[in-house]
Amino acid sequence: MTLVLVLTTMAIFATMALALVRALRGPTIYDRIVAVNVFGTKTVLVVALITYITGHHDLIDVALVYALINFIAIVAVLKLAKMRDLAGAGAGAGDITDG
Amino acid sequence: MGETVINVLSWILLLTGGAFGVIGGIGLLRFPDFYTRLHAAGVTETLCAILIVLGLMLQSGFSLLTIKLLLILVFLLFTAPTATHALARAAVVDEVEPQLAEGNEDVTHPSRGEPSSNT
Repeated sequence: MTLVLVLTTMAIFATMALALVRALRGPTIYDRIVAVNVFGTKTVLVVALITYITGHHDLIDVALVYALINFIAIVAVLKLAKMRDLAGAGAGAGDITDG
Repeated sequence: MGETVINVLSWILLLTGGAFGVIGGIGLLRFPDFYTRLHAAGVTETLCAILIVLGLMLQSGFSLLTIKLLLILVFLLFTAPTATHALARAAVVDEVEPQLAEGNEDVTHPSRGEPSSNT
C-alpha cells in the first residue's frame, strides 16, 4: 500500500523536476509561467499523497489552501508580466519602464 | 474480497495518474513551441489530478478526508483549465509565434493579435 503511494510520489517528483527544467530554460515568459503552474498543481498532489503516507490527516488542509493560492498566484503573475503593474488596468503598459 | 478489489482499483488509479504526470512533464520539456507545451501540460495536468485524487479517495472510504479531497478536485478542475486558457490568450495577444510546418511558412494569420472571442 505505502509502496504504491511512494511510487506515485516519486513519479510526481520526477514531473516537478522536468517542469523546473522547463521553467529555468523556457525561451518566453509564458513557458516559465506554464512550468510554474504545473509545479504548483503537482505540489498539491504531493501534499495529498504525503497526507496518506504519514497518516497526519490535518495536512490535507495545506493541499486545499495551496490549490487556491496557486491559481491566484498564476493569474497575478500573468497580469504582472503582461501589464507591468498589478494595481492599474494597464493603460500605460509598455510606457512604464521603472517604478 | 471487496476490500481487495477497492485496493487494487486504487493502486491502478494512482499509478496511472503518476504515469500521466510524467508523460505531461516529458511533453512540457520536449515539445518544440509554446502552444504544444501548453497542450501537454494543460491536458495531462487535469487527468493526472483526477486519477490521483480518485485513487486516494478510494483509500479512505467515506470520511471528512474524502470530502476535502473532493473539494481539492473541484477546485483543480475549475482553476487548471482557466489558467491554461488565460495563458493561451495572453500568449496570442502578445503575438507569441507558433512554430509552423515547413510548407506553411507563408500562411498569414487572419486574426493576429485579435482573439476571435472576447471571453
